[in-house]
Amino acid sequence: MNMSLLQQLIIVLAAGVMFSSFAMLRQERLSTAIYTFALQGLFVAMVTALIAASDDLDHLYFSAILVFGLKVLLIPWMLHRQVRRLELDRHRESISHPVLVIMAALGLVVFSYWLVLPLVQSEMQFTRNIVAVSLAVVLIGLLMMVVRAQAVVQVLGFMSIENGLFLAAVSATSGLPLVVELGVAFDVLVAMVLFGVFFFQIRESIDSLNVDRLNRLTERTGDEL
Amino acid sequence: MSAWVFTLIQALLYLALAPLLAGWIQKVKARLQNRRGASIWQPYRNLYKLFAKEARMAHTASPVFRAAPYIVFAAIWLAASAIPLLTTDLPTAAMADVIVIAGLLGLSRFFLALAGMDVGTAFGGMGASREVFISALAEPAMLMAVFTLAMTAHTTNLATAVGDLLVSAPFLRPSFLFALIAVVLVVIAETGRIPVDNPSTHLELTMIHEALILEYSGRQLALLEWAAQLKLLLFATLLVNVFLPWGTAQSIHPNAIGIAFVLFVVKIALLGVALAVSETLLAKMRIFRIPVFLNMALLMAFLGLMSHVILEVGA
Repeated sequence: MNMSLLQQLIIVLAAGVMFSSFAMLRQERLSTAIYTFALQGLFVAMVTALIAASDDLDHLYFSAILVFGLKVLLIPWMLHRQVRRLELDRHRESISHPVLVIMAALGLVVFSYWLVLPLVQSEMQFTRNIVAVSLAVVLIGLLMMVVRAQAVVQVLGFMSIENGLFLAAVSATSGLPLVVELGVAFDVLVAMVLFGVFFFQIRESIDSLNVDRLNRLTERTGDEL
Repeated sequence: MSAWVFTLIQALLYLALAPLLAGWIQKVKARLQNRRGASIWQPYRNLYKLFAKEARMAHTASPVFRAAPYIVFAAIWLAASAIPLLTTDLPTAAMADVIVIAGLLGLSRFFLALAGMDVGTAFGGMGASREVFISALAEPAMLMAVFTLAMTAHTTNLATAVGDLLVSAPFLRPSFLFALIAVVLVVIAETGRIPVDNPSTHLELTMIHEALILEYSGRQLALLEWAAQLKLLLFATLLVNVFLPWGTAQSIHPNAIGIAFVLFVVKIALLGVALAVSETLLAKMRIFRIPVFLNMALLMAFLGLMSHVILEVGA
């Protein structure tokens, strides 16, 4: 192992991205989950900035700033505000079978490692190892949208998928073209605004943000609420 | 020959320092809670007092009950003396294998649980069941974390692993960070510190370690208390010497040993302060939260293993 200190730091931060995905998956408290999402965004931004520094890729600095502004400041702030307006700040969702969910997530990490193995062997850049991590982050985000019933947490899962894709782009191909990146950033932002509207809609119609209740067709009163 | 003498000295050093660490943690904790607290030599006085007292036995006690304190003490002391304290260059390094140490600790726990159930009191049985419950969950996490280390060092021998880490250039390893967190959580559970068990309480329904040794008195109680302090020092040494090995001597040259001793005391004292702060800040968990706590340790160990395979091996 002969890597510079900067490269070692990038590896550690990439592990931090993976860890924050697990933490988000397991977190029962809504507002803590949003903070964890902001932490993941911070790790992604730092990885991007450090890759820019170690490979002399100036355009990646801009991406890092974009990620920092969007994923660490703006989106968590919007989510916190909505959660406060929905009076869910102290909400705790109980996850069914937490251990199984974590085991499934670990399985996904192994699977994504196996998936990118050929890629790792062909390419010689040191960031290639991070591709497996970013794929795992994407898959864990999907898992989060499947197993968690709370709408706000599902949005967090969706956003962390975007984090994973961004990390994959940065580590495999040293970043996307700026136009694409800006487009994705605005998409995410628009999606966030739409989600905010949907939170209120869902809440209005079923009086809860637990989306498991959406698949009930008849409206019965009393014992179900 | 001198190596064997030094091995003996190091083993005795473990015995001598163990009550000091317990006293130091108690003192720091007392200061943090705005109390003056007992002197840091108090654990020595307690041991002296207990050794001078007569040992009383319940008349239902079997030979297992009599023998257990000696077996527990010997097993923990043996495990401790295998862990490199000041130097890695010792004859006992050949048996400093992590799996051997885990086995010796398992032996001591087995006899402690037997002794708890032997007399037939309700508290002993309850304490034994809880102790075994916790350690059954803690052990896989501990071994996983240690395997992460072993994969980097290509050995499960602690002395060789520490020696490898000392000579290789410092390297930021994500796997070590995860393994460190996992080991810290396991150590807290195994030594019965605050979020898991409260070492200074005799409240019947929450105690675990105290319930096990409730029927002992006199020198046997002293031995069990000393063994518990020794276990704490053992895990603390494991933590500082594996994850912060810098300063540990690689020979038995007096100068190297002197530096190693000073650094070791500083590292252990800082660890004691950290433990005292965390115990002051945290409240004890309900017993059914402990599986969640130890699952987190296991998850950390797994993540360490994976980040080693994914991020470090190809690099």
